[in-house]
Amino acid sequence: MRAARNTSRWLPWHSIVVFGFLYLPIVTLIIYSFNGSGVGGFPPRNLTLDWYRMLFADDAIWESVLNSVIVAMAAMAISLTFGIPAALALDRANFPGKTLFRRLVLLPLILPGIITGLSLLMLFRAADVKLSLLTIVLGHGTALISVATTEVFAGLQKLDRAQEEASLDLGANYWQTFWRVTIPNLRLSIIGAALLIFTLSMDEIAVSFFLIGRDNTLPLEIWGRLRRGITPEINAISSIIFVFSLIAIVSWYRLRVGSEGKPEIAAEAVETVA
Amino acid sequence: MATTTEPVVTSAKSGLQPLLAIRNVAKSFGKNPVLRDISLQIAEGEFLTILGESGSGKTTLLRIIAGFESANSGEILMEGERLDLLPPYRRRVNTVFQHYALFPHLTVEENVGYGLRVAKLPKDEIAARVSEALAMVKMTAFARSKPGKISGGQQQRIALARALINRPRLLLLDEPLSALDANLRRQMQVELKSLQREVGISFVFVTHDQEEAMVMSDRIALLRMGELEQVASPREIYSHPATAYTAQFIGHTNLLRGEIKSGVVRCKSLSWRVGLPDGPALFSLRPENIRIVPSATGGSDINLVAFHGKIRHQAFHGATELLQIVGADGLTLSVRTATRENRQGDLHLEFFPTDAVPVRESPEKRG
Amino acid sequence: MFSRAYRAAITLPPLLWVVIFLLVPYGLLFCYSFWSVSPSQAIVHSWTLDNYRELFRVNVYLQTLFRSMWIAARVMIFSLLLGYPLAYYLSFYAGARKDLFYQLVIIPLWVSYLVRAYAWKTILGSDGVLNTLLQYVHFTKHPLEFLLYSPFAVVLTLTHIYTPFAVLPIYAALEHIPRNLVEASHDLGASPLQTFWRVIFPLSIPGVLAGATFAFVLSLGDFLAPLLLGGPSGIMISNIVVSLFGAAYNWPLGAAISLCMLILVVSLLFLSEKLEKKWSFR
Repeated sequence: MRAARNTSRWLPWHSIVVFGFLYLPIVTLIIYSFNGSGVGGFPPRNLTLDWYRMLFADDAIWESVLNSVIVAMAAMAISLTFGIPAALALDRANFPGKTLFRRLVLLPLILPGIITGLSLLMLFRAADVKLSLLTIVLGHGTALISVATTEVFAGLQKLDRAQEEASLDLGANYWQTFWRVTIPNLRLSIIGAALLIFTLSMDEIAVSFFLIGRDNTLPLEIWGRLRRGITPEINAISSIIFVFSLIAIVSWYRLRVGSEGKPEIAAEAVETVA
Repeated sequence: MATTTEPVVTSAKSGLQPLLAIRNVAKSFGKNPVLRDISLQIAEGEFLTILGESGSGKTTLLRIIAGFESANSGEILMEGERLDLLPPYRRRVNTVFQHYALFPHLTVEENVGYGLRVAKLPKDEIAARVSEALAMVKMTAFARSKPGKISGGQQQRIALARALINRPRLLLLDEPLSALDANLRRQMQVELKSLQREVGISFVFVTHDQEEAMVMSDRIALLRMGELEQVASPREIYSHPATAYTAQFIGHTNLLRGEIKSGVVRCKSLSWRVGLPDGPALFSLRPENIRIVPSATGGSDINLVAFHGKIRHQAFHGATELLQIVGADGLTLSVRTATRENRQGDLHLEFFPTDAVPVRESPEKRG
Repeated sequence: MFSRAYRAAITLPPLLWVVIFLLVPYGLLFCYSFWSVSPSQAIVHSWTLDNYRELFRVNVYLQTLFRSMWIAARVMIFSLLLGYPLAYYLSFYAGARKDLFYQLVIIPLWVSYLVRAYAWKTILGSDGVLNTLLQYVHFTKHPLEFLLYSPFAVVLTLTHIYTPFAVLPIYAALEHIPRNLVEASHDLGASPLQTFWRVIFPLSIPGVLAGATFAFVLSLGDFLAPLLLGGPSGIMISNIVVSLFGAAYNWPLGAAISLCMLILVVSLLFLSEKLEKKWSFR
């Protein structure tokens, strides 16, 4: 199928420009993490690893990284524990208020973080719960259930119902079937969801902003420093974050593509919200 | 090495230059050759079927004519002018797609009038022609419906109307009946054929179903692994297949392999006279051309070839049955005969030597 | 096929969570918006419409809201302008490299918002990369002030962040278009440009609506980019809310604004959904 000459000429250029727009800032960031003379100024001089050395000696940062990891793992646990049943419920159960339930579960995905954060803040205030890493965990868990639900729901569509019926037919009860047939078939979706939730939780700042207690997560630690003044040390930690996110996302993608078809989580999420 | 019989324009209406001339068209996808040196002519008002198995290249050939693929070599001429140099939207050729490809966001009448709107014809003319087209395929009642709401058979009619309304010189149909169930399919075969007669333009129909091809076509072009095996009318291709492949692909046949010496061919216990040179030979004998005779009537006619054997298998086909008879010499013949209960024991058969049609070998082809 | 117990077991836990951590908080938001704060910084639980009256009485709230909507609108438009052709290229032209390009699109999507906003901050400042580069090549003599601490910076950064959000649903919609429809259109005489406007674009509208909604809604409620890059002229409605929950301690008023935002966002989502259904032909 031949396309018009003119379209096929400017279209690739446009795409290059857009990719450039998307990546150049990050690339610049990485380059300047090696720049001896600060975050700005062109051209970069004094290539040095000093900022990375400073970073590795920076205890506060590593403490916040540890906090972030703990939060991310806990958020992952919560999101999966509640998100998997939610996906199953949407797929298989009918109950009054199901539509409202579906919308509520998926709402945090598209709602600005400030609303999720503030409403939870009010909840903790009313319940007299002090702000801490726990409240951040609860916040992330709530916001990210939607990620688990959409991933697992998509995986359920590909699941052959007949397998579960066969299991029941052969004498296994619902609980056994769930663990022996349903979950193994959803393995890839669950791992993909876990990977995604972990990454998003590590980067999360909008909701965390309102639920922070005494201990910082990594993004909040960085945020605090930004208010005080910028040094390329922040470039350094940002570069490292970028590399880890890159690895996580590519792994997630390969996982999903391995199980057939293109993952379109944002698109799917929107379609299910709509 | 060409195995085509040079196609002669056999349609009754012609005498002038052919409508479409395909000359030495070849196409490969990567290293994979899909069409090798295809030459074919299509006459005005002809119903030509391109018949072949999957992988034979038939759909690719159709798409090259439509303009969705371009050939690696060769050319296509329509009424003397180069068609293959034009993009699909400038060719006076229209296609009925295998899954209809109706636009889901347009109503039935908007679908049908699409080509006319694109050509910017005046609104009243479009409206008039659209109702005419819908009436022709008996879908007037569905004008305002959306394609998603009508059945497969109805969608197929709309696809037809949408293509024909543009008055193309040639209509291409890519297995349009394959998605329909058997009864609907038979009905549509008849309707399509009469539609073609009525409209009078050339149809090029692609299918893998040889019965369908025989019912509908003026001529059949049998394609095998990218090459034309034979191009002839259904009767011709059935009674005089050129190759073993053709004989077996179209209808049932017995392939008799024998040796010719001094004008006599011997195939196991059978022998008859032929006017062919010495050497190995292959013959196609249709099961319906073998008659069952009551006992060995001593060769009622010395011109007939006689055979006898036991019934190994009896397949019931309703009006007829297909018997497999095995002779003492090990030769197995398939015989088609009217259904009769209780066939047992030995059967005596005979056939006319002229019904054993010599065919060329079809060697195994590498892809 | 599934027993009542099974269905109860999969429904109740998430339902409970949703009620406790989503419904109740929104309910609290609702309640707070009708309360007020006493001079001694205590929340007074008496019901009043004062907060809402305040919103309409004092200009700054509506002004900031409209400025935020204008910023969000620009982000939406630019994201679509940048994103649609890219999605189109990916779907129709990328061929063997589709996979690779798709990953290139989703990677920025999931890389930290903070990292990306910070990157722009270092680029746009008066001592930043862009300004010093322009001076280095003698394109300008003095730093361009408008680049940072302005609505421009906010729009630029948010466009950068939300363009991938726009690309994905458009790409999904384009992928769903059966290619034989494009061929059929060509077959019937439409040129590629006509085919785009008559067939491809109409069928991609649900994706465009989804992407637009994403970009608009998320930009509207954003408070981080304005804080980092907006300066005084780039304050958005969420920043006002943040300060009301912070230094300017007036939770009820902040709740009122948040509730308005919530209602606005939910209405936009409903509208978008209705339009998407109208334009979906499956």
